[in-house]
Amino acid sequence: MDQYLFIIVDGVIYSSWLFIIAVGLTLIYGVMKILNVAHGSLYALGAYAATSLGGYWIAQGQPPMGSYAMLILAAILVGLIAGPVIERGLLRFMYGKEEVVLVLVTYAVFLILEDLSKLVWGVDPLSIPEPYSLLGNLEFGGLIYPTYSLVVVLASIVVGVALALVLSRTRQGKILQAVIHDREMSAAMGINVSRVYLVTFTVGAILGALGGALTAPTISVQPGIAADVIVLAFAVVVIGGLGSLGGAALGAVIVGMVRAWAVHKWPEVELFSVYAVMAAVLIMRPKGLFAIPEARKI
Amino acid sequence: MVAISSSRRLAALCVAFCCALLSAGPVHSQEPKPVRIGFVTFLSGPAAGPFGVPARIAAEAIVESLNAGKAPAPYNTRGFGGTPLELVIIDEAGGTTKQVSEFRNLIERQNVDLVIGYISSGDCLAIAPVAEEMKRLTVLFDCGTPRVFEERSYKYVFRTRPHATMDAVAAALYLQDVRPDIKSYGGINQNYAWGQDSWNDFDLAMKALKPAAKVTTSQMPKFGAGQYGAEISALAQSGSDIIHSSLWGGDLEAFMMQAVPRGLFNKSQLVLVAGEPYLHRLGSTIPDGTVVGARGTHGVFAPASKLNTWLKDIYTAKADHDPNYPAYSVALAFVGLKAAYEKAKVTKLQKSIPMGASKGVKEEMEKAYDVGPSDEEVIAAFEGLTFDSPSGRVVMGLGNGHQAVMGTAYGTTKLVNGRVTVTNIKAYPPERVQPPEGMTSPDWIKGGMKAKK
Repeated sequence: MDQYLFIIVDGVIYSSWLFIIAVGLTLIYGVMKILNVAHGSLYALGAYAATSLGGYWIAQGQPPMGSYAMLILAAILVGLIAGPVIERGLLRFMYGKEEVVLVLVTYAVFLILEDLSKLVWGVDPLSIPEPYSLLGNLEFGGLIYPTYSLVVVLASIVVGVALALVLSRTRQGKILQAVIHDREMSAAMGINVSRVYLVTFTVGAILGALGGALTAPTISVQPGIAADVIVLAFAVVVIGGLGSLGGAALGAVIVGMVRAWAVHKWPEVELFSVYAVMAAVLIMRPKGLFAIPEARKI
Repeated sequence: MVAISSSRRLAALCVAFCCALLSAGPVHSQEPKPVRIGFVTFLSGPAAGPFGVPARIAAEAIVESLNAGKAPAPYNTRGFGGTPLELVIIDEAGGTTKQVSEFRNLIERQNVDLVIGYISSGDCLAIAPVAEEMKRLTVLFDCGTPRVFEERSYKYVFRTRPHATMDAVAAALYLQDVRPDIKSYGGINQNYAWGQDSWNDFDLAMKALKPAAKVTTSQMPKFGAGQYGAEISALAQSGSDIIHSSLWGGDLEAFMMQAVPRGLFNKSQLVLVAGEPYLHRLGSTIPDGTVVGARGTHGVFAPASKLNTWLKDIYTAKADHDPNYPAYSVALAFVGLKAAYEKAKVTKLQKSIPMGASKGVKEEMEKAYDVGPSDEEVIAAFEGLTFDSPSGRVVMGLGNGHQAVMGTAYGTTKLVNGRVTVTNIKAYPPERVQPPEGMTSPDWIKGGMKAKK
């Protein structure tokens, strides 16, 4: 029985981490119809910036608790700089082109940002372990869990609820939904679609960077982390349905739980399990579990 | 009798002349054309920090020192037998396909005379047949897979470091010596060839040495997984006495960062078969009592010697930490090659003397000296060679004389004044940790790891 409890706890923690990373990806796709491969690089930039800012904060002898604020600040800075630069500087010239062209463009951005991070931070692994251990541990069913994992769970809930509320309860959210449903009609109705795209991409970039910044205290930040994460994030959004917020949440929960189950009960299939679920979902629902129905245009 | 006596005199003269030439360096005013060495190591990616960059630092430091003739005897001649060395360094990142084309570029465009390189086993397996096809002397300095010489034989390829079988076998021997009470063991290893081979070898070795010990769990997260929460829970719940791990790079560091605060190693003793390069990086994160190895008597396990001091001195002049095992692996490749090159050169000089001639000897030898030995002559000298290194004595004793053999050691970490030290070191001779010629590693381990008499 204990083992199933641990599977649930581990699954929830992993799902929360996945959701924070994947939600920005699905938001950008939902609004802009761009499968943003560079999302992994934004995650990596967030992680790098968090190690730099957090490390600087701690090195200056500031209160260690302030390092959490540094993680969030790092994500916001990365998103506010990289988001507009990529969207205004490159992507806006590609709108209207086929989705596959945009995938290739964002892949090029991914490669550029990989090299950029090497130029800025070098190739040596960096770390900022302090925030991970600062809050102490919780004992659960005889096993020790760091309280920081709870912070990640809470952060994912806050991000998910906030996005859902903004989309459904605010004027900006309604505008966003209008653009999602019909870009041309929205523009005809006076919505500044270009601005919506800029804001959406920037928010998506902040969320990607936030995923990296919150992960930084648990890993060794080094070249290559972007590619590892983007594949998983794609699996999550594909399972849930590209562009669906609820889908991203469900996809993250499914992947997290399946992986935790595999690790505890059948470790040999851990790597295979996530993609097996993705394949099964795609066979039954090729556009994902929460795919937004599209009206056929005649 | 007279003829024999004069031949002997000539031979003695010749040997004396060879030695004089080698120790004095070039006799001509013209500097000999340098030996261009393609050096391939990870300069980016997860393997760069712990392996690739220390290897690059070591290569540069060693080449500088050898070119200045400042290495201790028997490596105190300049360069290789008086010929200076020149490095062409390239990044190993990018996968095997890229590396094969980079290897071809090194030979065809960069015109390197030989190649030293490769940390990844996958790259070694891919490069070895290409080196053979292109007939270019290639020394593999770090990769571990025993398959390179157990599955094929090569003429142009050498490996100056022992293969990875000793990691698992020596770890099991060490545990048998220091933890005879082991009842269970588990593992966490990356889900690719290296991780799977390391776990399988360790499991087989433990089954041979401690048949009563139970396997609890074998975790195989994907390479670069980053998040190990569930694996740590599974390992903690298993209550294993021992946790075997061949994790390396960022994966190892992330695992340690997540596992140590969760108290995983309060109950289980960690065995890091590739742990030595991380001692300076992980520092106090490594819990006391962690068992670490270095695949050979490298790094902290290296015996005290002038060569060891030399490597430490030239390395620490360029880095802020002591050389780790990849740096020692590089040293083995360079000094092994230097020994082979100079042996080949002496042989060539000796052969250059026309039989029975008393005139033109000096001219013939100078001509031979200028040309230097061919690849084939270096290969002939390298096969089965025994040479001293900063890690101790190395014998090219497997793979028809192309694969290095040496002993290894394991130890246990202990934090002393905030610095990680390794205590309770136990050394194992080569015949106890490496299979004999003609036998594959899995067969040897399954057969009870019998030492060759």
